[in-house]
Parts: sequence; C-alpha cells; structure tokens
Amino acid sequence: MATLTYLKDVVTLTLDEELCIGCALCEIVCPHAVFTVDDRIAVIGDRDACMECGACARNCPTDAIYVKVGVGCAAAVISGALGIESACCCVDEPEQKVTEESESSCNCC
Amino acid sequence: MTKRSHFITGEMATPVGPVPCVESGLSLRDRLETWKVRWRIGRMKYTIPPGLYALGSPDASSEVVVTANFKLTFDSVRRVLPGHDFWILVLDTKGVNVWCAAGKGTFSTGELIHQIATARLSEIVEHRRLLLPQLGAPGVAAHEVKKGSGFKVLYGPVLARDIPAFITAGMEATPAMRTKSFPLGERIVLIPIELTGALRYMIPVMAAFYFLSGLGGPGDYWANVSTFGFLASASLFAGVVAGAVLVPLLLPWLPGRPFSLKGLWTGLVAAGIILLWLGSGLTTLSGRLEAGAWLLMMTALSAFLGMNFTGSSTYTSLSGVRKEMRIAVPLQIGAAAVGLILWFTSRLIA
Repeated sequence: MATLTYLKDVVTLTLDEELCIGCALCEIVCPHAVFTVDDRIAVIGDRDACMECGACARNCPTDAIYVKVGVGCAAAVISGALGIESACCCVDEPEQKVTEESESSCNCC
Repeated sequence: MTKRSHFITGEMATPVGPVPCVESGLSLRDRLETWKVRWRIGRMKYTIPPGLYALGSPDASSEVVVTANFKLTFDSVRRVLPGHDFWILVLDTKGVNVWCAAGKGTFSTGELIHQIATARLSEIVEHRRLLLPQLGAPGVAAHEVKKGSGFKVLYGPVLARDIPAFITAGMEATPAMRTKSFPLGERIVLIPIELTGALRYMIPVMAAFYFLSGLGGPGDYWANVSTFGFLASASLFAGVVAGAVLVPLLLPWLPGRPFSLKGLWTGLVAAGIILLWLGSGLTTLSGRLEAGAWLLMMTALSAFLGMNFTGSSTYTSLSGVRKEMRIAVPLQIGAAAVGLILWFTSRLIA
C-alpha cells in the first residue's frame, strides 16, 4: 500500500539539538517514526509525516521539541470557526494558547 | 459501581481490598455493543467505571496495563490477553478512546497519578512499572509521572493486540508496532460513522430538493417530483457515497494529498455516472443546466465530505488541514452556490 503522507512543508515541528540529551523518548512515542536517535542526538527525518499530536514534545524531559499541537480535523476547525462545540470527540480551540492542554491531537470517533 | 457490568466475573482479594475481575475475550453482547456504536445506534458512550481491574489471576509481580474507560478500548485490551495475568488500570477519559483522550487532556499525567493513588497501586504490586499505550503519549509526560507517583512509564505498542509480542520481546516494540498505519480494514470500520454523520443532515436536504422539484417543469407537481425530484435525491445520495464511502475506501489510491482533492475525484466519477444516466435529457437547455448543476453540487459535496474524513484519518496535522481548508472551502461554497443557481434556473425554464 502507498505510504500515506499529508501536505508538504506545513507542520510546526522543531527540534533544538542543543537541548537534546538523546533519551530517545521522542523516537518511542512518535506514531509516524519522524525521529531517529543517532549518536545520542535526535534527528528529524520525514518531517512531513508529523501530524502535530504533540507526544514528542510532551515527553521530552528537556523541552527540546516544539510543536504547535492540534487535531487535523476539518469538522473541528469548522465548529471552532462557527463557535460551536465540536460534534467530533476532538476539541479544537484555535483562539487559545496552543501548546499545552488546548488543542488536541486525535483522529477519532 | 451501581450495577455489575456483564463482563465482570467476580472479585479478587488484594492487600487493599477486593478488585473486580474481568472476563478475557469478548462475548456476543460485547460484539453487538461495538457494532451499535459504529452505526450510531443507541447510546454512543459505553463507559467503564475507572479504577483497577484484574484480568486472569494477577499477583504482586504482574504488569499493570493502563487504558481508557471507553468500552471499545477496554475490550480491545482484554480480548488480546487471554491466558495472561494482568492488572488493568482504567483512567477516567469520559468514555473517549486513548488517542482522543490524550489529545483532549483527559488521558493525562494528572489523571494517571490520581488513579494510581486511588487504587493504592503501590500496595498491590511490588514493582514500579506501568505499561501505557503509545497513543496515550500526547497526554502523558513519562518523567512527570515518575516524579508524581514513583512509577516508571513504559510506552507499549500502538495496538493492544501487540502487547503479548511486546512483553515476550522483553518490553521492546518493533518499528511496525510503533507506527500508526491506516490500513483498509481500519478505514472500512469508519465508513458507517462517516455515512451516518453525513446522512443526518443530507436526508433533510435531499427531501427539500425532492419536494421543491415539483414546482417547475413540464408536467404536474407529482410528475415533476418523480423525475426531477428523484434525480436530485439520487445525485445528492451519490455525492454522499462518493465522499463518505469511496474516499475512506480508496484513500491511498486517489491522486493528490489534500483530502478534498481526493473527494473531488470520486465526486466527478459519481457525477459522470449521473450524467450518463441523464443521457438524452442533455439535449435541452434546461437539461444541460440541470446536468451542470449536479456536476457542481455533487463534486462540492463529495470534496467537502472527503475533507471531513481528515478527522478520522490517522496522519493529518492541524496546520495541514487549515492550509487545505483555506483553498478548498471557498471553492466548495462557490461550486455549490453556482450549482444551486443553475438548478433553480433549469427548474424555472423547464
């Protein structure tokens, strides 16, 4: 089967190599194998495969990873824009601070 | 617990009191409940009371598997572990699956620490390890759980069914177990949800077109309804099928990365079939306008529904969806509006 990849050059994922301690948790938690750890430092491989779920950033003990976390869900974006609560189980709150609890990362229901 | 759930087989004694035992493997009733959830029949939230459960006959050295309190998720854990002895710690995710709950913040560091304390887990097991689903990671910071509870988080595989292999391999996951794929089988089980979701608002729309169709045309009201009204409903239904069934089914093979583009292709095919069916009707001006109207409205509808499938897919980012929507939504609205004007015109001059 063809590898499923979404749009090119849009994701917000960045890695600060200076802060990386090579613990490899990002490599473990990423559901799309974006990270590999070579020589005690994480490397972003296929960046376009990132779905901005935020698992890597949440589990990075040194905050070396930044990603603007969100749900890639059109229905949630529409609901958010119309100011109604999403029918989807994922909640999209584009106006809030988008790093920690606000936007979510599921693809679901 | 007010009423004992049907999958509870009894209780087992622990140093901190009785813990409910769960049946491993699924009963016919479990399977029926799953089927009903997929088709939106009855209640959508089958929740499990949060807390600790025993699967098999776990003891102080048995592993602790952490999961969500959505019934389907809980089932996926207990069905794959027959013959194994495990503790299952269920977090209160408000009846939502692990991945969604992790994103929403209910499958979280705080909730995990809370449930560990409530269950008095450190008095039940002698080790300090927890096996978490990998897809819980967006909500849980392993290093903070360690700090807050003393338990070390081990991220297991994406799928519960790989847990036995993961444990056999000495708590090591293969790259395949760590990757969230989106195979045909997983896409097929989502089709009922996509279809029922779309039909909920499309059935009233289809009915409106059906009865409006009688107001213009060569025959009397009911003659017009039976020709143009039937065509309208059939076209809209075909557009729904193109977007909500064909897009999930054919996802990897439809050209282009944006989901709305994938829906555009299936919509064009569906519209092509409708136009072939119209056939000789295309000789009159009103027939041509009507054909153009359905070409535009069906592709707009299918592209929209295809775009909506991003929410159920397992690899789309919010940044990507926003970029896609900025271009696709105005085009969809434009095509639908022009289609609607053409359709009303064709009804008026017919």
